[in-house]
Amino acid sequence: MNITLLLIAAIQAGTPLLLATLGETITEKAGHLNLGVEGMMLVGAVMGFVTAFETQNAGLAILVAMLAGLAASLIYAFLTVSLRTNQIVTGLALTIFGTGVSSFIGSSYIGEVVPANVKLFLKSSIEIPLLSKIPFVGDILFKQDILVYLSIIITVFFGIYLYKSRIGLNLKAVGENPYAADAVGINVSLYKYIHILIGGALSGLAGGYISLVYIPVWQDNVVAGKGWIAVALVIFVSWNPYKAILGSYFFGLLDIIGFRLQKFELHIPQDIIDMLPYIATIVVLIITSIRPSIKNNPPHWLGREYFREDR
Amino acid sequence: MKKRVLAMVLGLTMLVSIFAVGCTKDEAKADFKAGFVYIGPTNDNGWTTAHDVARLELEKQLGIETAYVELVAEDEAAVKDAVTNLIDVGCNIIFTTSFGYMEPTVALAAEYPDLYFLHCSGYMMSENLGTYFGRIYEPRFLSGIVAGMKTTSNEIGYVAAMNIPEVVRGINAFTLGVKMVNPDATVNVRWTNTWIDPAKAKEAAEALLAEGCDVITQHQDSPGPLIAAEEKGAFAIGYDYPLTDVAPGSYMTAPVFNWSVYYVDIVKQIMDGKFVSASYWEGLNSGVVALAPMTDLVPAEAKTLVNEYEAKIKDGSFFVFEGEIKDNTGAVKVPAGTKMTDGEMLSMDWFVEGVKSN
Repeated sequence: MNITLLLIAAIQAGTPLLLATLGETITEKAGHLNLGVEGMMLVGAVMGFVTAFETQNAGLAILVAMLAGLAASLIYAFLTVSLRTNQIVTGLALTIFGTGVSSFIGSSYIGEVVPANVKLFLKSSIEIPLLSKIPFVGDILFKQDILVYLSIIITVFFGIYLYKSRIGLNLKAVGENPYAADAVGINVSLYKYIHILIGGALSGLAGGYISLVYIPVWQDNVVAGKGWIAVALVIFVSWNPYKAILGSYFFGLLDIIGFRLQKFELHIPQDIIDMLPYIATIVVLIITSIRPSIKNNPPHWLGREYFREDR
Repeated sequence: MKKRVLAMVLGLTMLVSIFAVGCTKDEAKADFKAGFVYIGPTNDNGWTTAHDVARLELEKQLGIETAYVELVAEDEAAVKDAVTNLIDVGCNIIFTTSFGYMEPTVALAAEYPDLYFLHCSGYMMSENLGTYFGRIYEPRFLSGIVAGMKTTSNEIGYVAAMNIPEVVRGINAFTLGVKMVNPDATVNVRWTNTWIDPAKAKEAAEALLAEGCDVITQHQDSPGPLIAAEEKGAFAIGYDYPLTDVAPGSYMTAPVFNWSVYYVDIVKQIMDGKFVSASYWEGLNSGVVALAPMTDLVPAEAKTLVNEYEAKIKDGSFFVFEGEIKDNTGAVKVPAGTKMTDGEMLSMDWFVEGVKSN
């Protein structure tokens, strides 16, 4: 087995997971559990694809994919923040809704291919000067496509935002204890809205990566469960954006390793391999619950409504 | 209050957009009307497209009306719903076009004894229920010739769906074609355990390409492997339906179904009152299966050889599963001079020599 090729493929399989995981982490940091990731990814995937197909403009396609995810998360934000509906139910509804919308919009595009110039722009690998010359590591990390780099930049940016900035601290306060945050004058609803929408845009971008780069032909339900893996990944990486990079690539690896293992006639059924990401998540949950650490805890107010009047 | 109104508007929009997704139904006028139940969308560029193209051809050739329901899941309630809908709009000939529809179709055929039911790829029959399928292994064998002559690395990749006799038969026929022209070549199989999952199909193909395969073929209803091959500069053979424009840089040919041959024939029989429940399983000779036109990527000598063997299969002088055939452990499975029976082919669960699969 060629390890270099395997790892390159793992990073590409992991990139949509990374983007979606980041999106969900940002959302959850604001105290909102959005189970609509799968739906938002599908909406982003279909809108990005349709835009690319109709306009042949790669930049516009990416932008529209993000806006579509953002629009889907706006439904969620309005329902859960303003109307205070149950977050679990709303998120699940969003997934079902998004799946339907993407099937509906995409039905006349099934089998269509992403235009060649868009593919060329998004898929061609860019070699980073000097760094790509490093043996092994250079081949794996610094000869990737543009969105792989973008996703890493976004992650680092979000890490700095979350851990080093004042607004990031405020965001964490909103997710931990909105009453306290409100008391010190943080606009809780605004924070929630903004971060849910950013999360939605990243999910949309993740969907766009799948339909424009990863599988550049439109197929119904192209995301195929990756949104759910992202939800599990958020827990796996304990809400830490930096860990999300490694976690996503690891899950990407688990996603593709099965076919490469078939070569060795190990007789491991593919179904078992498909379970690995979830088993890994359960294992991490068990480990973190045995040795609880404040760092690995979910945002304290995650999944709960915030009623200002209840004070 | 404002919020409540907004919430209602939002809810209504969602509802309306769900109901906007309906299916078209034609009005019944003629005495006979054929209804089709599809597993995928009509434009999946594969299995369902092949059936739907044939449905339109049936309309054109016999001038009868048809109706269809697409994206029907393989469970009893969904199939029953789809079929009763078709009966409601006047269909009296029902085609159910996926293996998983078998048992519901049997139940419905018993429930509606006056209607005609035809189930694709199954084995259960009754007085008003027939089955039909194509001997796709014949064009598969021909596509194996193409792959065997095209490969330079002598490693050929096969993205397979489920480990069932139908798929195994395809792999074996393909490999026999490969080995006939290129005894050194190996056919490497990867199982996706799904008929249609473009991501998995592509990942499986990528795994094969990473191991040095330079020709990829598939038993998958999505073009994922074709695209993976094109991206890596390799060549590919499709399935179900010709797909020239998805991956022009890799696509060479495909074993395809031409269902209209059967549909026109059976509907004519029914219209003439000559219907007998039967199990239809025909090959290249009938035209129900074929090898799609070969593109310029196919070597000229392969084209000649394919045409030669196509003619031989058609006139009966060549049979794909005729001995001596060894399995991939070296044991002789079909002695020299013996042809496999339909029963043996329909329950095939071993791989021929040259197949690498776990």
